[in-house]
Amino acid sequence: MSRPSQSGTPQTVAQAGAMAAAAPQAAAAAAPATKKRRRPHLHVVVFLAPAVLIYTAVMIFPLFNTLRLALYTRIDQERVWAGLANFQTLFFDPIWSEQFWNALGNNFWFFLVHMLVQNPIGIALAALLSHPRLRFAALYRSAIFIPTILSFVIVGFAWKLILSPIWGIAPSMLDAVGLKSLFAPWLGKEEYALTTLALISVWQFVGIPMMLIYAALLSIPEEVLEAGEIDGITGFAAFWKIKLPLILPSIGIISILTFVGNFNAFDLIYASQGALAGPDFSTDILGTFMYRTFFGFQLQLGDPHMGSAIASAMFAIILVGVCIYLFGIQTRMRRYQL
Amino acid sequence: MNKARSNPLNTFAMHGALILYTLIALFPVFVILINSFKTRKAIFREPLALPDADSFSLIGYQTVMKQGDFFLYFQNSMIVTVASLTLVLLFGAMAAYALSEYKFRGSTLLGLYLALGIMIPIRIGTVAILEMMVASGLVNTLWALILVYTAQGLPLAVFILSEFMKQVSDDLKNAGRIDGLSEYTIFFRLVLPLVRPAMATVAVFNMIPIWNDLWFPLILAPAEETKTLTLGSQVFIGQFVTNWNAVLSALSLAILPVLVLYMIFSRQLIRGITSGAVK
Repeated sequence: MSRPSQSGTPQTVAQAGAMAAAAPQAAAAAAPATKKRRRPHLHVVVFLAPAVLIYTAVMIFPLFNTLRLALYTRIDQERVWAGLANFQTLFFDPIWSEQFWNALGNNFWFFLVHMLVQNPIGIALAALLSHPRLRFAALYRSAIFIPTILSFVIVGFAWKLILSPIWGIAPSMLDAVGLKSLFAPWLGKEEYALTTLALISVWQFVGIPMMLIYAALLSIPEEVLEAGEIDGITGFAAFWKIKLPLILPSIGIISILTFVGNFNAFDLIYASQGALAGPDFSTDILGTFMYRTFFGFQLQLGDPHMGSAIASAMFAIILVGVCIYLFGIQTRMRRYQL
Repeated sequence: MNKARSNPLNTFAMHGALILYTLIALFPVFVILINSFKTRKAIFREPLALPDADSFSLIGYQTVMKQGDFFLYFQNSMIVTVASLTLVLLFGAMAAYALSEYKFRGSTLLGLYLALGIMIPIRIGTVAILEMMVASGLVNTLWALILVYTAQGLPLAVFILSEFMKQVSDDLKNAGRIDGLSEYTIFFRLVLPLVRPAMATVAVFNMIPIWNDLWFPLILAPAEETKTLTLGSQVFIGQFVTNWNAVLSALSLAILPVLVLYMIFSRQLIRGITSGAVK
């Protein structure tokens, strides 16, 4: 396989989404020159049909149907048009809005912890790993990536056990370094639980920014670094002044991936704290809130229409985030031709 | 050779930092695994000690084998993952080939339409998906999961594979056409074998999220006979929460298959990510 020469060719899978916006111009420009434009033949239809049908039927149609369902409500087993009443309830009815804003706020905090902890650690690990002549790099890389492949259920329970005051691994380890007084049942305290879960999620997913940044760092040509060395820029300075600006596009992609992933998160909270996102909803995020609402829990019956309204809100948030990234950040970011 | 880049002290510090982080990454997995082989007493008395002749016990695994139907869960997870991957690869490659080989009215638009799903999570549409699966009677069948994961995997698969298919030489395909091969034969016999590395990358990328997903099994197929391993272990652990032996053993059993898969495919996975998947 040849190396892509133009900067428009995606470097990572993750960039795929980002590239979608740039694709039309490129494709439109390339099309008339290289390929013959003709009417679809039967075999083209046969090639496309299964993918387009499944994708449309199971992904796109339900997505819009969910947005539509948010505009209805159920009265006596009948589905009736409700306009924006569900959203009005969600945003302004005290019972609902309190939960919604709580979940949204928690979700933002969850995202912030990832941005402030996961991505810097990922970048630092990648910087270490990409060092030339570092031995065992492949071994470290594979080992650090292991948590990322585990399911949320395993991660959630494993940490729940380790942090449990009953088992006492965490307190006795803190005791060993003389910090026992710092121990608290972190997952059981309202003020710490969400941050603890966010850090567990960071622990699990640090491998992804690490790998993507690592790939970006490897693609920096040696000549650029050597030119810096001649000018006396080495070590840390080389990282800050040469490498970091060059990997900014990858950092942008990681940020948007983190954003979409976090505002769609559910599994970790559900696996470790249950659908009620305890203690006292302090770890409730949009995913768990939507699950509870539409599926029901304990004595409350599920309400698919309110669930759809929450899903629509999540859709809007993700859409706004992706648009900010695509039009506000990605297009303005300076890309260097390497 | 530059001094700053090969300073032994720097090298030492770098290894120190990496070893420290590797320990942090592996510690919880290690603790779970070793304690799953111990007696209840030993688990609490010496949580960090390796199991020895005195503390070794398989009681947890026995409980799991007796109480939970882990073989069934494993089988379900296998069926769902393999079937979804097969469909994603087959249909994804077919669509990617059509988009990269033939230009027709609306092909760019269709490509964009398929790319939409890369950024938008399929979970947003869960309410309507459930409604549809109930209406079509697919709820609590493995088909519901297979269809959802296929739809979820297709956008990225089409995107990656069409990048690769653009690089397959036109001369080769045209030679096939001159020899009178049909378009189907050209695709299956000439093009597919050439993009096998890309197919492997797509498969590995899709495999882990499908295997680990909790959301859709919980909502679409929570019945006992369709539980996947992820959901099955979640429910099992929830029920046996005070039986530490059983919980630790169930966790270990859930870790094992993923770890084995990772060891087999890690090279492919890491190469896929670091080589940019598109090369």
